Amino acid sequence: MLGAAVAALLPAGRLPWLWATAVSWFMLYAAATLAAQAMDLGVLSYWMGGWTPPIGIEYRLDPANALLALLIALLAAVVLPFAGPSLAAEVPERKSPWLYAALLLFLAGQMGIAVTGDAFNVFVFLEISSLATYTLIGLGRNRRALTASFSYLIMGTVGATFFLIGVGLLYAMTGTLNMADLAVRIPEVAATRTVHTAYAFIVVGVCLKLALFPLHLWLPNAYTYAPSAVTALMAATATKVAIYVLIRFIYTVFGPAFSFGDMPTVQLLVPLAIVGLLSTSVVAIGQANIKRMLAYSSVAQIGYMVLGIGMASTLGLTAALLHVFNHALMKGALFLALGCIAYRFGTTQIDAFRGLGRRMPWTMAAFVAGGLSLIGVPLTVGFISKWYLVSAAIELGWWPIVAVIIVGSLLAVIYIWRVVEVAYLQPAEDTSRCEAPLALLLPTWVLVGLNFWFGIDTRVTVGIAERAATLLFSTAAGGAP
Amino acid sequence: MSFIAHYNYHVAIILAMIGLYTMISRTNLVKKVAGLNIFQVSVFILFISLGVMDDGTVPILEEGYTSYSNPLPHVLILTAIVVGVATTALALALIIRINEAYGTVEEDQVQAKDEEP
Repeated sequence: MLGAAVAALLPAGRLPWLWATAVSWFMLYAAATLAAQAMDLGVLSYWMGGWTPPIGIEYRLDPANALLALLIALLAAVVLPFAGPSLAAEVPERKSPWLYAALLLFLAGQMGIAVTGDAFNVFVFLEISSLATYTLIGLGRNRRALTASFSYLIMGTVGATFFLIGVGLLYAMTGTLNMADLAVRIPEVAATRTVHTAYAFIVVGVCLKLALFPLHLWLPNAYTYAPSAVTALMAATATKVAIYVLIRFIYTVFGPAFSFGDMPTVQLLVPLAIVGLLSTSVVAIGQANIKRMLAYSSVAQIGYMVLGIGMASTLGLTAALLHVFNHALMKGALFLALGCIAYRFGTTQIDAFRGLGRRMPWTMAAFVAGGLSLIGVPLTVGFISKWYLVSAAIELGWWPIVAVIIVGSLLAVIYIWRVVEVAYLQPAEDTSRCEAPLALLLPTWVLVGLNFWFGIDTRVTVGIAERAATLLFSTAAGGAP
Repeated sequence: MSFIAHYNYHVAIILAMIGLYTMISRTNLVKKVAGLNIFQVSVFILFISLGVMDDGTVPILEEGYTSYSNPLPHVLILTAIVVGVATTALALALIIRINEAYGTVEEDQVQAKDEEP
């Protein structure tokens, strides 16, 4: 956050970018150290200002949010080097100090949500990162970026305010805002209508933020018209953080016994996830703008994650957490590849892709690799998370869900294939090579490489996700965290 | 637990509904922001009424008073108000940019201008 203030003061030009990159790399280092410690010790807790929780504000880190913090830091460290040249091409230079200030604020907000153990702090950080996002979207080149940003602002604020109402009602019933403390006290008052209402408000508010199917209307426009690097970062982290908040509240704060026993969470989340998954995949097929297509596909992928959450089993939750991490990697890679194309052509309409397989071989190869991962081909991360999701469904005996997951993947094959067909099989009028510069290609391929790395060597991700899922279940079941 | 005794909550709910309705029904972007503000203020009222004690005074230590309002919701709302102000400012700034780009702040006209090539 301090980094943001400094970035705003730096002169326009390359300096703010270099600074932001340095900050993001330091963040990766810090997050990695913290994650390693959290894995060793179980739960890390930092007391803000030395006040003891539950009165003081507490920062907590357990394997679940350690994974998330690591994810945000990793993506930031990869995307920011990319952002330099890419944003320089899309945003006027005089705006760059503010631009990077907003980017760093966004990251600070996301990290804040990831590590905080205080329900109200989640709201504050949510708004910090959202406000930064609205500005970033508004910087897009097309004037529709402004309206996209405005409608996101309205919907995002309503979502956050719903969340705030929920937190307020919880506070009224329990007199505490600390998440761990809330988890202890809610069972005593769980039978009251106030807590039920609070649950409804929080879930709906967070679902607005994470763009669960009927509440996703802000997302396609926002992703389409935001500058490329911003889209990559947002797609990879913003919705993931909201998913984490949902998991945190459903499992830790309210506890599975309440969420899945007293409240109809399964009946609510699973059908919405399925409908969202299938319908938005179909909509994605019909899009002429590839960025928009990927945005719809993001909504579909969120369906997978919510499906995993809605399964209410340890394996399902593992799958959801894994997919959060893996989807960030693949969507990050895909949007960065699109960023390379936008850098060269200034558009991501499907017409621009004609013959790109020859003209920008490395970029298109990265796109195809990301696409394969999205579909869930073995050896990529997409396969791993889908594998876990399918096994979770089988474990519950939900055979129709298995079919839904497979149909969803087939739809992904169709929309990725459309791009591949245009890029490799259709001839271009202009056949000169115009590969994206190395500074853009390198981050893209780092992410693609990570897609394969974590697709083959799953010990780290699956290990953390399994531990996190078990922990989330055990703290909730055991009562005292 | 009478209806009248909880009038503050009812006021909050009514305000929230007015705000939400304004946001949905108006096409003028500035009015939408106004609706958003009303909606947020209703939540502030909800929070503040949570902290009120019967016969409580402002939470400042002074002789002669023993019961105080709960200061925590007030502090939270102070933060939320700041967030709300920032959101409103950003929304208005966006509206100014929209007005520059489209020459109107009516949502339907903006959409109509987007659809023409």
